Amino acid sequence: MSAEPNVRTLTIDGEEISARSDQTILEAAREHNVDIPTLCHLEGLSEVGACRLCLVEVKGARRLLPACVTQVAEGMEVTTHNPKIDRYRTMILEMYFAERNHVCSVCVANGNCELQSLSLKLGMTHVEIPYQYPRLPVDASHPRFTVDHNRCVLCTRCVRVCSEVEGANTWGVMGRGGQSMVITDLKQPWGDSETCTSCGKCVQVCPTGALFEKTSVGSKAHKHPEFLPYLQIMREGEKP
Amino acid sequence: MSELTTLATVWLDGCSGCHMSLLDMDERLIELSSQFRLVYSPLVDRKTFPDHVDVTLVEGAVASEDDLKKIRKIREHTHILVSLGDCALTGNVSAMRNTFGVQPVMLRVYEQNADLQKQVPTVGVPALLDRVRPVHEVVPVDVFVPGCPPSADTIYQVLSELLAGKVPTLGGVAHFG
Ligand code: SF4
Ligand code: SF4
Ligand code: SF4
Ligand code: FES
Repeated sequence: MSAEPNVRTLTIDGEEISARSDQTILEAAREHNVDIPTLCHLEGLSEVGACRLCLVEVKGARRLLPACVTQVAEGMEVTTHNPKIDRYRTMILEMYFAERNHVCSVCVANGNCELQSLSLKLGMTHVEIPYQYPRLPVDASHPRFTVDHNRCVLCTRCVRVCSEVEGANTWGVMGRGGQSMVITDLKQPWGDSETCTSCGKCVQVCPTGALFEKTSVGSKAHKHPEFLPYLQIMREGEKP
Repeated sequence: MSELTTLATVWLDGCSGCHMSLLDMDERLIELSSQFRLVYSPLVDRKTFPDHVDVTLVEGAVASEDDLKKIRKIREHTHILVSLGDCALTGNVSAMRNTFGVQPVMLRVYEQNADLQKQVPTVGVPALLDRVRPVHEVVPVDVFVPGCPPSADTIYQVLSELLAGKVPTLGGVAHFG
């Protein structure tokens, strides 16, 4: 019998590792410096498994599984990179670029965007999927922030940080599938929101140019989502 | 002595920034120039596209009837077609009109926002396509070079590899923007 019942042994890309039973494949992989690309995942927020960029192959499973929401199990054999997985991931990226209007050259996030850097990391050079060119709104009614739906990837980081960390619940998702949009309050202009505290957390965690501070665009628009884990540690410390 | 590689560059709906970036290679352009012959380009004086070109670099998106005619002809007479820069690759700024449609955009520019001689030009200019399209949506493309514009270093890498007989891939080297 194992001395530590909470420990699971599994292999990731052929390397044998141990992980706590409550860890996800993503957590276990990152702890062992195995890189799995992610977009909707952000340390300090709950997992939603929405973007599917973290798909990995698990031996015996009939389809690829999202590493951020799949828990480790004893004897699991995980593959994080192979041609099939890589192809899936670039296809997902291409879908993001084709679905909305991403014009990096004139985007406020150019050079500071997680979608853009993922495309570099995953070796995407062009988009095979036909571009959709939807007509989407930009809401600049908030005195400090703007939401540009042309650049939104629906990762819901804004929704989660606003509810889970700020407790304001300003953001929500409306509609289904290709028609989905993030909204403030009951689809009121952000500037009219009665719940928004103007804390700016959603802007900091947004991976793209969809949410930005009016006074900092372009090279100044570096975001700082890393405040989250610190904030959590501080709050843990305050608990009696 | 082996035959020199023939090179062409064309400029469709773009801002000429990609051609500027090409010239930005500075003395490296001279170093490479001993290996190719520039047979057609906005930079040289030749009116018709040659029958056979080894490598053609395309800057710009396909936005007009004229662009469409040109790119089809170029594809037919080119061995390796290179999409150079975001306009060729994604439509980029040129394609921002796609969400509005041609007519509203023309009216906005030439009537609503014009002070004098308000009229949409129709004579002596090619008709616009209803949608601006990336080059690879219209003809097959062999090499994709992202960037707005691609840096001189990236273009140098692409040209060096092409001149060495390789087909470069820019995955992990360059991104849009
Ligand atoms: S959000 Fe990112 S990927 Fe989209 S246009 Fe802006 S920089 Fe490019
Ligand atoms: S600024 Fe703060 S309170 Fe307002 S929507 Fe963003 S996260 Fe929520
Ligand atoms: S606005 Fe930003 S954080 Fe919110 S869903 Fe869109 S991309 Fe994600
Ligand atoms: S990071 Fe796992 S689904 Fe988005």
